[in-house]
Amino acid sequence: MCLAIPALIKSIDGSEAEVEIGGISRKASLMLTPEARVGDYVLLHTGYAINVLDQAEAEETLSLLEQIAEAGADGD
Amino acid sequence: MAHGSGGKLAHELIEKTFLGALSNPLLARLDDSAVLDCKGRLAFTTDSYVVKPIFFPGGDIGRLAVCGTVNDLAMSGAVPLYLSLAFIIEEGLLRDDLNRILASIQATSREADVQIVTGDTKVVDRGSADRLFINTAGLGLIPDGVDISGSNARPGDKVILSGTIGDHGIAVLSQREGLSFSTALGSDCAPLNGLVAEMIRASQRIHALRDPTRGGLATTLNEIAAQSKVSIRIEEEKIPVRDEVRGACEMLGLDPLYVANEGKLVAMVAPGDAEVVLARMRRNAYGREASIIGEVQPDHPGRVVMKTRIGASRIVDMLVGDPLPRIC
Amino acid sequence: MKFVDEFRSSELAQRLVHSIRHHSTRRARFMEFCGGHTVTIMKHGIRQLLPSTIEMLSGPGCPVCVTDNADLDKAIALARVPRVILTTFGDMLKVPGSRASLQEARAAGADVRIVYSTLDALQIARDNPARPVVFLGIGFETTAPTVAASVLQADQEGVHNYHVLSLHKLCPPVIKTLLDSGEVRLHGLICPGHVSAVIGSNAWEFISRDYGIPCVVSGFEPLDVLQCVHMLVSQVERSESRVEIAYRRGVRPEGNRRALELMDRVFEACPARWRGMGSVPATGLRFREAYRRFDAESAFDFDPGPTLEPKGCICGEVLRAVRTPRDCQLFGKACTPASPVGPCMVSSEGSCAAYYLYGGVE
Repeated sequence: MCLAIPALIKSIDGSEAEVEIGGISRKASLMLTPEARVGDYVLLHTGYAINVLDQAEAEETLSLLEQIAEAGADGD
Repeated sequence: MAHGSGGKLAHELIEKTFLGALSNPLLARLDDSAVLDCKGRLAFTTDSYVVKPIFFPGGDIGRLAVCGTVNDLAMSGAVPLYLSLAFIIEEGLLRDDLNRILASIQATSREADVQIVTGDTKVVDRGSADRLFINTAGLGLIPDGVDISGSNARPGDKVILSGTIGDHGIAVLSQREGLSFSTALGSDCAPLNGLVAEMIRASQRIHALRDPTRGGLATTLNEIAAQSKVSIRIEEEKIPVRDEVRGACEMLGLDPLYVANEGKLVAMVAPGDAEVVLARMRRNAYGREASIIGEVQPDHPGRVVMKTRIGASRIVDMLVGDPLPRIC
Repeated sequence: MKFVDEFRSSELAQRLVHSIRHHSTRRARFMEFCGGHTVTIMKHGIRQLLPSTIEMLSGPGCPVCVTDNADLDKAIALARVPRVILTTFGDMLKVPGSRASLQEARAAGADVRIVYSTLDALQIARDNPARPVVFLGIGFETTAPTVAASVLQADQEGVHNYHVLSLHKLCPPVIKTLLDSGEVRLHGLICPGHVSAVIGSNAWEFISRDYGIPCVVSGFEPLDVLQCVHMLVSQVERSESRVEIAYRRGVRPEGNRRALELMDRVFEACPARWRGMGSVPATGLRFREAYRRFDAESAFDFDPGPTLEPKGCICGEVLRAVRTPRDCQLFGKACTPASPVGPCMVSSEGSCAAYYLYGGVE
């Protein structure tokens, strides 16, 4: 539920940003994420950024998944 | 524009505007019927076009009206020859818009090498039609030995898709009020008879052809599976989708499998000929990104199954109604 | 697409599944509360890949499905008020109310328009200053702050013809009600990822603490859900019950303070009607006094008419996870996506629609 997808902030004008999602672009409101900056990825839900995505956490999650997958492969 | 009720004004509209744009000897005779000399197996189809907006990135209702009917003929393996063209014009449609549409029809019919040999126009009150509706009917000849039908798919056939899916539907959606997003993406609207002719030259064992228009690839595959009483298995990873289409679909909660296409086809080809047909398709402008996306199987007739990106399988059902953007 | 494609890796998914199968020895029943998770699970065929020790249940996390007929009738009645432009998310268009759906009301002449965002609804209000615009506010804590933001923006700009019908609902209290009812016994909860992005993972602490049920906040890509299941299995095998975040790139323990603050400025909690559950205290949102002039419910004179429930429809029980879609007499026969009787079949993330469309392959 609550379809929200990662969108890249290309430019900001006040509390409005121009964001890009895989080749399409549209306006997004930053009223809920005033701390967002150009170059950040945000979670876009119905035209509003509801959170800034944490790139470091994303990378850590992926490497964690790789580790689990490795362990799973040897652990039997 | 008060032209639809016969008599001098209508005559003027037909002569100046339509004939000016669409001239060919058969149409120029201005007889009530076009008289054609055709021998052989005829393919005959009709369709009405009500797309909104009438101008969209990559095309317009005129181009769509020619391509749609040309493609329906091509999907039976027919060589499209003649089209009829009927306009229902809403009072108030700008003359410039009408001229643009006619120019587009002329250019597209030239590209498809078909002639528009008979036509009709009516003008209705404001509010009775959405700017412009077009109906086209088409006649084509099926060469000897060609037997292509949605009911001919056979177990073992490879399923070949001619290119990226979802382009048309998303291009049109990008123009709708309330959903604004901007994209360089244009409709894929194109006449496919040239591509089909190439494919038939490469192989006599193309069993089925269809263009996945309204309802998208998923609906078309379901129709063929039901008609041919077979099942079809496809692989998600093999289906080409443009980034823009993916982005728009992710944002709006749509599935590219169900989004309309107007310049793509799907073919069921005997396995031995699949690679040859694929290679020939890729040499054509409208088949550059063609790929083999699956195969036809004998079990569970009518079912379409997709192997997902993560290796599991799920059923791909037909579309019900229009795909609506969602937030959940 | 960044942040998306990496989390759909086929190779990682298969190895994760392998690991889950290896570690899962105890029978466990997990509920995915959120309709979006139901869709991910069905669309990618995840159910088939999980071991038989794990049972997956779908909960009432589809805002469309849990909207009561009485509330939907209000929206339809508002659409019929002369000159009103009713703007709505696409999800609600085909849901049948007591007598009609919004789509049918539109066919009969009501001005109903689909929007992707309240920003679009606000624009429609600016473009049509002489006509009242009503936005149909559905959704949980992911959406409610965005609607609150639109109200604040309308207030600031002086867009006086903008109104909202608030049918928003809150998640943690309804899950509490579900657990208190004793109808469903869970060994783990897959917590909604985007609701949690707003309310924070701390909001689920009471479930682990008071009910002893492990909670893991999950994202919506197939790898996210598999990772979440893996973490729940680990807790179950070790008899733990904690709140963990699998969706670390999108969720923090404290959530989005600003979003919560805006939501709280415009709305306050109130009782809300949930399909299949009746009225549940503190699970709805109504306008605070200061913003009541934006409330569509008090701004217009309208009569939704008597509420009728469709005969034979067990959407309510499906939503409470006490029955599955296949238990319903109408499923696949009288009730299909083409002619839906209840909302669980209309909404693309409703359990019934998901079961019908994605089925399952042996």
